[in-house]
Amino acid sequence: MHHLLPLLVAVPLLGAALLAAAGRRLPRPAAELTGLLVCAATAALALVLLLNSSPPVVEWAGGWVPVGGESVGIEVIGDGPSLGMATLVSLLTLSALAYSWRYFDEPPRGHAGSFPALMLVFQGAMCGFALAGDLFNAFVFFELMSVVAYALTGFRIDEAKAVQGALTFGVVNSLGAYAMLTGIGLLYARTGELSMSKIGRGLDTAAGHGGPDALVLAAFVLVLTGLLVKAATVPFHFWLPDAHAVAPTPVCMLLSGVMVELGVYGVWRVYGTVFAGPGGIPAADLTRALVTLGVLTAVTGAVMCWYQRHIKRLLAFSTIAHTGLFLVAVGVLTPEGDDGAALYILGHAGVKAALFACAGALLDRFGSVDEHELHGRARELRATGVLFAVGGLALAGLPPFGTGLGKAVSEEAVGGPLTVVYVLASAVTAGAVLRVAARVFLGLGPPPEDTDAYETSGSAERPETSGLLRRVPDTMTTVPAVLLAAALAMGTVPGFGDLVARSVNEAGSGGARASAAWTLHGVLLGLVSAALAVALATAAVTRSHRPSAPAWMTPLRRLQSGHVGDYVAWLLLGSTLLAALALPGVLGG
Amino acid sequence: MSALMQVLPYLIAAYVFLTGCYGLATSRNLIHAVGCLSVCQVSTYILLLAVGYRSGGTAPVFSDIKPGTRPLVDPVVQALTLTDIVVGATVTALLLALVLQIVKRHGTLDPDELRELRG
Repeated sequence: MHHLLPLLVAVPLLGAALLAAAGRRLPRPAAELTGLLVCAATAALALVLLLNSSPPVVEWAGGWVPVGGESVGIEVIGDGPSLGMATLVSLLTLSALAYSWRYFDEPPRGHAGSFPALMLVFQGAMCGFALAGDLFNAFVFFELMSVVAYALTGFRIDEAKAVQGALTFGVVNSLGAYAMLTGIGLLYARTGELSMSKIGRGLDTAAGHGGPDALVLAAFVLVLTGLLVKAATVPFHFWLPDAHAVAPTPVCMLLSGVMVELGVYGVWRVYGTVFAGPGGIPAADLTRALVTLGVLTAVTGAVMCWYQRHIKRLLAFSTIAHTGLFLVAVGVLTPEGDDGAALYILGHAGVKAALFACAGALLDRFGSVDEHELHGRARELRATGVLFAVGGLALAGLPPFGTGLGKAVSEEAVGGPLTVVYVLASAVTAGAVLRVAARVFLGLGPPPEDTDAYETSGSAERPETSGLLRRVPDTMTTVPAVLLAAALAMGTVPGFGDLVARSVNEAGSGGARASAAWTLHGVLLGLVSAALAVALATAAVTRSHRPSAPAWMTPLRRLQSGHVGDYVAWLLLGSTLLAALALPGVLGG
Repeated sequence: MSALMQVLPYLIAAYVFLTGCYGLATSRNLIHAVGCLSVCQVSTYILLLAVGYRSGGTAPVFSDIKPGTRPLVDPVVQALTLTDIVVGATVTALLLALVLQIVKRHGTLDPDELRELRG
């Protein structure tokens, strides 16, 4: 069975090659059907492999098995988390393709295969990154998924904003990837290995009783820089809102739903396999680094989210806030934390993709994603409005949604004052979504006044369809409904939490078992978050003559300058910060 | 070989990487910025090849030497560098294509004048 693992990468890539070659001659329905079928077949395979992933398996691609402990082959890992991420990637790609079924207007006319082909490459690359067992292949798939993501972000090449966002995305992410490769080079220099588990053992052997040294710290910082750029952690996050605001909606669903989360997954995988031993970075230092950056990310993301009027940008900042929460949960390095992060990522993927899908419906119906301009105009889109509001509540972690379960388990794991960060970040981001729902779909409250603030408005956007839609197609309401139902099922199906927890803990956490089920404490905190979100949205909608943002926000907003040079400078500063946070362990060792 | 000669390639790699980053951060031209990104990437080639270097080693090609008779430089890093070059070519080509579109849509190459996305 485990010989089938490399197919999760190969099938989408072959499908993409087929579509790229034959796309010119295929009519559009045939091309899209091919894309859907290949994607669905990969998703089915990933699901079957996931159900057979206990105990975890390792496959050597092409039969290059290690001889005498030495390996030159490509290691593919098939454990719960890797196959879980691959399944999530495949299912989300499937829903994005279904969402774009016959609606998405593509500029390269006459080549119907180009969009599904790119989506399949994206799927294959993300699956490859999830399954990679050696660091160099992780880098290659990291770059592959990045490059496809740049191309997909700038897919509407006639859009001024889209190409700018794609270029920023490209420069910052590629720079992060090169930092990661430099770190991999340093690790290879020390250990002579590329396989993650063998690098881990090599570091422990090389360190002897001495603990980590400067080279290990440098490698750690460089590899994590790459992964945290992908995970959009403050201060590496600036590319994300620019890219997510301009990418086509089906692409946003994938970027926000799963690609950013793959960065968090990478941090978990790389730390647990490479740096967790005595020759790596001590646990206390990793916790300090990840929890500090995670809290900073959650707070910045939540505050910036609240003061957005561009709906897709608002959702993008909410993704940043939630990624911060995932990082905190992973950073506490307990089995419960890992379980919480895994469940939260699963629930968040469904909810955030559904919210983006609803925002896409607004864009294609009204040619705008501006909260102020759309005030009260979307009353007719009842189904989309209900889905958007339900998505907002789910984002707050309202029980029994999967996001609520993940949030509850994470809160139990982090404990203490960090719980407050979870409640506030989820409440503020969900409050912003509910505020949009109340204003746009119900027309509640006075229309907000336009100010000439330093912001991106989101009005006068070109729809992704050929011309404005007169009615929203069924696929564009069915897909978010199914995604939200899936997020609901994750929290309600009995034993789902325990199942995820078991497969996560089997792969990491040193075999420790934790259970992940609803507790009274978690349910209450979820209800508090949801109530707080509703209260915030009500307050925002009913208060009239509110200035669009207080004065203290201006410096924070000015940081998000859209200037690629600034973002590169922040990336360097972030690496330095990361090194400073992880330094005490090396000095003490 | 002196200690300096052993460390020198790593220092050069770090210097090249930081030079590229400086160029990116201060760039006034997007084509120049994409070039700077390639400069950053070149530092990874230097680092990888330096890692694989063996004093007195020869190229890992066995057409004219018997395996085991001479020291060889590490072929793995050379394979990595080749892969890295392919990755870099893809990224540069795509980013330059995006720059072309930016010039068409914004009418400027100066990142300071791109004001569509902010806040």
